[in-house]
Amino acid sequence: MKKLILLVCLLVPGLASAAGSEYPLDHADYDLTDKASLQRGAQTFMNYCLGCHQMQYQRYQRTFKDLGIPDDIGQENLQFTGEKVFEHIKNAMPVDSAKKWFGAPPPDLTLVARVRGPDWLYTYLRTFYEDPSKPFGVNNKVFPDVGMPHVLQELQGLPRETSEEQLVDGEKVMREVGIKTDGSGLLSDAEYDKVVLDLVNFLVYTGEPVTLERQALGKKVLIFILVLFVFVFLLKKEYWRDVH
Amino acid sequence: MSNTPVDNSRRRFLTVATSVVGGVGVVGAAVPFIASWNPSERAKAAGADVEVDISKLEPGQMMRVEWRSKPVWIVRRTKAILDALAGHEDQLRDPNSEEDQQPAFAKNRYRALKEEYLVLVGVCTHLGCSPQHMKNGQFEEFVEGVPDGFFCPCHGSKFDMAGRVFQSVPAPLNLVVPPYYYIDDNRILIGQEGEVA
Amino acid sequence: MWKNLLDWIEYRIPMMRVANMHAIQYPAPRNMNFWYVFGFLATIVLVNQIVTGIWLTMNFVPSAEGAFASVEYIMRDVEYGWLLRYMHSTGASAFFIVVYMHMFRGMIYGSYQKPRELLWLFGMFIYLALMAEAFMGYVLPWGQMSYWGAQVIVSLFSAIPVIGPGLVEWIQGDFVISGATLNRFFALHVIALPLVIVILVFLHIVALHEVGSNNPDGIEVKRPKGSLKEEEKTKFAMHEYYTNRYDIIDDVVPFFPHIVLKDLVAFTVFLALFSYVMFFNPEMWGKFLEHPNFEIANPLKTPAHIFPVWYFTPFYAILKAVPNKLFGVIAMFAAIAALALLPWLDRGKVRSWRYRSGLHKWNLIIFAIVFIFLGYLGGTPQANWKILASQILTVMYFGFFGLLWLYSKNESTRPLPTRITK
Repeated sequence: MKKLILLVCLLVPGLASAAGSEYPLDHADYDLTDKASLQRGAQTFMNYCLGCHQMQYQRYQRTFKDLGIPDDIGQENLQFTGEKVFEHIKNAMPVDSAKKWFGAPPPDLTLVARVRGPDWLYTYLRTFYEDPSKPFGVNNKVFPDVGMPHVLQELQGLPRETSEEQLVDGEKVMREVGIKTDGSGLLSDAEYDKVVLDLVNFLVYTGEPVTLERQALGKKVLIFILVLFVFVFLLKKEYWRDVH
Repeated sequence: MSNTPVDNSRRRFLTVATSVVGGVGVVGAAVPFIASWNPSERAKAAGADVEVDISKLEPGQMMRVEWRSKPVWIVRRTKAILDALAGHEDQLRDPNSEEDQQPAFAKNRYRALKEEYLVLVGVCTHLGCSPQHMKNGQFEEFVEGVPDGFFCPCHGSKFDMAGRVFQSVPAPLNLVVPPYYYIDDNRILIGQEGEVA
Repeated sequence: MWKNLLDWIEYRIPMMRVANMHAIQYPAPRNMNFWYVFGFLATIVLVNQIVTGIWLTMNFVPSAEGAFASVEYIMRDVEYGWLLRYMHSTGASAFFIVVYMHMFRGMIYGSYQKPRELLWLFGMFIYLALMAEAFMGYVLPWGQMSYWGAQVIVSLFSAIPVIGPGLVEWIQGDFVISGATLNRFFALHVIALPLVIVILVFLHIVALHEVGSNNPDGIEVKRPKGSLKEEEKTKFAMHEYYTNRYDIIDDVVPFFPHIVLKDLVAFTVFLALFSYVMFFNPEMWGKFLEHPNFEIANPLKTPAHIFPVWYFTPFYAILKAVPNKLFGVIAMFAAIAALALLPWLDRGKVRSWRYRSGLHKWNLIIFAIVFIFLGYLGGTPQANWKILASQILTVMYFGFFGLLWLYSKNESTRPLPTRITK
């Protein structure tokens, strides 16, 4: 019996580690309790993403409330399309033309963090690189042949695949060492990473707006169950004294 | 089998204590189920305040707008209609709007912020049908000597041009006046009283 | 006054008598251990699924256009909608965890053996209905996994010769999985199958109470009338339905309060684990709620890797292990049928593995490991080594039943105790 349980315990972690992606993903160290970061992420989203991508399941008002932004300030600074504050975060791009421009309509981003995972998003947005053979002149490391331009280029600059001369077995060879920006962007690498991290943080939030509420309630529920357990356990022991 | 005597008081205490804690748990578990019946964010969005432009409303005319999925009537009352309101108060259940069916500002004969414009929730206080607007003498058929009023086709309840209910009809109360205020002379905001947000 | 009312009712419908007979003075062996709590837990989870399910239907929209959005509506706009949804989704996985434990309990203690064959069969029917219920429920959120999972599972029926392709269209109500499929799955998921499951559970319990509960020693606690001395009989009051027919040994306790309290202790522990998952990891790393299912169903784009949810993956691995479509499907259903035939495949007379041969113990342990490994193989991306591995494991899976049939006829067993051991 005990051996069996032990074996099951050993096997389960194996079940949990699913398929790995080909390109190594960077860890996105996001923090849902960091309201300032979420607000910056929301701003980046509204300025750079919303032109093409919607969040058709998420409302402005809910977002403002959860991010600690008063409605009027939010409407002034984050709402550009003139909807009412309780409406969903949508854009006016017609689906048909979107298909024509990009080959497929840009996906809704409300739940993208739950589909792709934060690490994937964080890496994806930082691994565009110049590739003149593509329609938008850029390609992506984690999403090869993606049909999306490098929207954040004005911030990051244009990244290129770079090679370096390295010594391998005593011979000098050119080795690819990753991608490096040409420096034409407004931000340094570190600043750009931070902008992307804030955006990822915001996308994780919209994926499941109740995350913090869920965890807070969970703690209370678990404490209650512990109390209940103590009483039930003592009661059971009391009655089973008849038997043992 | 042990022969330890049964400690009844301990047993009773533990039974009661466990039942109480368990009962609290059941009540707590019921909360999400009950709360989920409250109006959702979507319902609240649909029930948000409504702004109405009344500049095109002719004297004697009525317009209907939707507020919280309910019909709200706005009637521009003529001088004649307003004058007639005093004439039949002896036939009304609650002529002075004693019952809490209106914001404080409407607790008078005209039941309105500005006498000329009547704003009412067009839902009968009996069982929720929407009464019909009878004007220019049509209402005489139901109440002699009163030319205008509202008549509910479902169960025959009758209301005057201030939404006050007549006696001996099924509806117990006057029609509801929703909270509203004038943004300016031509625009009404239904859903809130005064400027406070 | 109160008593008069109760008497008045009792005279017309046997409420107290039935409660006494089946829930209070029901004789239960006192050595029912950890493994014996899962039946109770399964009932609790069933209630949870029914109640949260009813509440979810209040806001769910069963149409291809509205289903996905209505789930997000529940998650965002309905007060505590997220909690109701997670209770239901976590409950689905919890159901299979407790049911698999419950079934394995039956296997190690021989609870399927005579006279509990029908009890076991009712259990297997519940398991089948539960799989259908879970499968259809998973289609309802109309995400990518819902859609493509349904596509794969429904296509299994196309393996049937002659009528297969027509049958698939009939099940789908369309030429592909579509809104029509979603609608009928919704009807079956919320009304038909729950009704079937509740009725089967009722029959399962009726059958159990007729033959009595087994126990880890696998010995009978109800002896022929008159075979026990007075001091050997249980000192607790048992319902006359049982005492009139049998002498009940001293190792038996009443269901209430003793077993109920034991089950309640297990329930609070279960509740803690359940809540931990629900509140802190409702996706269970993509095992309970698969990541691609957060993307709306797209009939033109198959996700890179599609798997059924974890509780189906052992059978899915068996399906994939057989390189022939029809035989793959047959093997998969045979894997379930073999479990149902256990009462007849096991020709032994001793129930519990405590008193059976070492061979039997190892056969059971290896079977459990094989089942888990098959689940792993069926739930992870295809790789070459995995094909061979799943073929070997499939053979081992069926080997368990074959071996059991062979050795159980003349198995060397240890002598059974006459009384329940401490």
